Amino acid sequence: MVDLSTKIGDIALSNPVLTASGTFGYGLEYSDFLDLGRLGGFVVKGTTLEGRQGNDYPRMAETPSGMLNAVGLQNKGVDHFIEHIYPRIRDCGSEVIVNVSGACIADYVACAGRIADRTELRVIELNISCPNVKQGGMAFGTTCEGASEVVSAVRKAWPGHLMVKLSPNVTSITDIAKAVEGAGADSVSLINTLLGMAIDVERRRPLLSTVTGGMSGPAVRPIAVRMVWQVAKAVGIPVVGLGGIRTASDALEFIMAGASAIQVGTANFIDPAVTMHIIDGLEDYCRRHNVERLMDLRGII
Amino acid sequence: MKKQQTLTVRSISHLTGGSVHITLCPPQGEALPPMQPGQFVEVAIGKADVLLNRPFSIFHADAESLELLVKPLGRATDVLADYAAGDTMRVISPLGRGFRMPAVGSKVLLIGGGVGVAPFYFHAEALLRIGIRPTLLYGERTTPDASLIATLSAVADVKVCTDDGSCGFHGLVTQHPAFACDYDLVQVCGPMPMMKAVYAQARERGLDTQFSLENKMACGLGACLCCVEKTTTGNRCVCTDGPVFNIDELPW
Repeated sequence: MVDLSTKIGDIALSNPVLTASGTFGYGLEYSDFLDLGRLGGFVVKGTTLEGRQGNDYPRMAETPSGMLNAVGLQNKGVDHFIEHIYPRIRDCGSEVIVNVSGACIADYVACAGRIADRTELRVIELNISCPNVKQGGMAFGTTCEGASEVVSAVRKAWPGHLMVKLSPNVTSITDIAKAVEGAGADSVSLINTLLGMAIDVERRRPLLSTVTGGMSGPAVRPIAVRMVWQVAKAVGIPVVGLGGIRTASDALEFIMAGASAIQVGTANFIDPAVTMHIIDGLEDYCRRHNVERLMDLRGII
Repeated sequence: MKKQQTLTVRSISHLTGGSVHITLCPPQGEALPPMQPGQFVEVAIGKADVLLNRPFSIFHADAESLELLVKPLGRATDVLADYAAGDTMRVISPLGRGFRMPAVGSKVLLIGGGVGVAPFYFHAEALLRIGIRPTLLYGERTTPDASLIATLSAVADVKVCTDDGSCGFHGLVTQHPAFACDYDLVQVCGPMPMMKAVYAQARERGLDTQFSLENKMACGLGACLCCVEKTTTGNRCVCTDGPVFNIDELPW
């Protein structure tokens, strides 16, 4: 029997496979295709204090081995999540993590505070890296001061595990990672999408309503692996790796680079059961290589 | 219940005008899930350069077969048109909410533009089962495939409109005399300019009308929120709240 279990700090998971925020809805959208309880956990859609309509259509463009999105944090707000979604997923058998976003520090704090007061959730993922909103989002995640300020503020309102999702759209992601560690983050997840752009030359117009958007998918994976490797060496808190993971072998790259868990994003759109294949594949890899504990491979590079 | 299955191409026929009609069957011992007219499926293209699945209308479906009508218009559809009998593809079905079924005895007009005619064979067949033989206004650039017209004519009164006048009525579907008649329900699928032209006139005449949209989507499951349409109640997913919307939901 292979041991796939992992820990992100104080959070023990049955396996390291999570899903990335914004690619898995609230889990329920995928329940026809997989057993939610078999996941290590899943990160629900970016949630804000008040509901948001998001950006105008078109919000998506396919690019070589990737895609751009500009959804802009469309969601019905934290109260809607707590009242209507949370009761339906709280007993699904895997770790439910809420991705918390905001336009200003007060919003982040209030949103995290409501989750602390009204749910039994153990982990939030603080989104300081969304490239698709005009205020907040990535603005906080691209300077050490901004990142540190928002993390410190949320740290006071959120007693549970605080995971902070980092933007790759920076000169030195390790500096940001160290800053959020210093401000009280319990773990970091990376990478959020890379800022990108595509143009329809026939119509001479950008393919996204917002002109620029966040790039994800297999094309970004080598960048993500590199950043996870750098950050894992630079900080003492656990690292959750994501960016273009489609297979167990992709997931293993992140684990060997130092990730304690991984998130699967864009691949959920292509095969809604992909996470199950990744879990099976990790087990199979460990058997083939006589690895008793998957996490023995963490950070070997 | 939605299912993801690997289906095998039983046959593929190339129609006049470039479209292909593909018949897929499930693996031995498996059935396709029940599907409603106007719902759609997501197809994994499985070739380099195409990452995301593509949505297609259901031309016809039962437990043993799924038929698609595909027009090669880009990287993904070009690949699909090259499939041969025996090839397999991963298909997620059924997705979305289909066409409304009208009351028995209703007078129904279906309007299909180009490959937008695809969902109407399945739908007209369902209408016929409750005793309604709809009128199908089918607009194309030029003469459509004769076998396709014959198939559609088995379940609907087909009236062809062509842009070049090479077949049927020379002009737009909204200029055809059949469009001027009164209907209890009008259902439309086709290119946006055509749908907006129908919308404008249907609004004026107070026609109960439904539109089937095909906004660009990534997941087809309501998770990514990429395919939203601005409706009277805010941004809604075409993949799960649609693809079929009522006229009063669309502030076009």
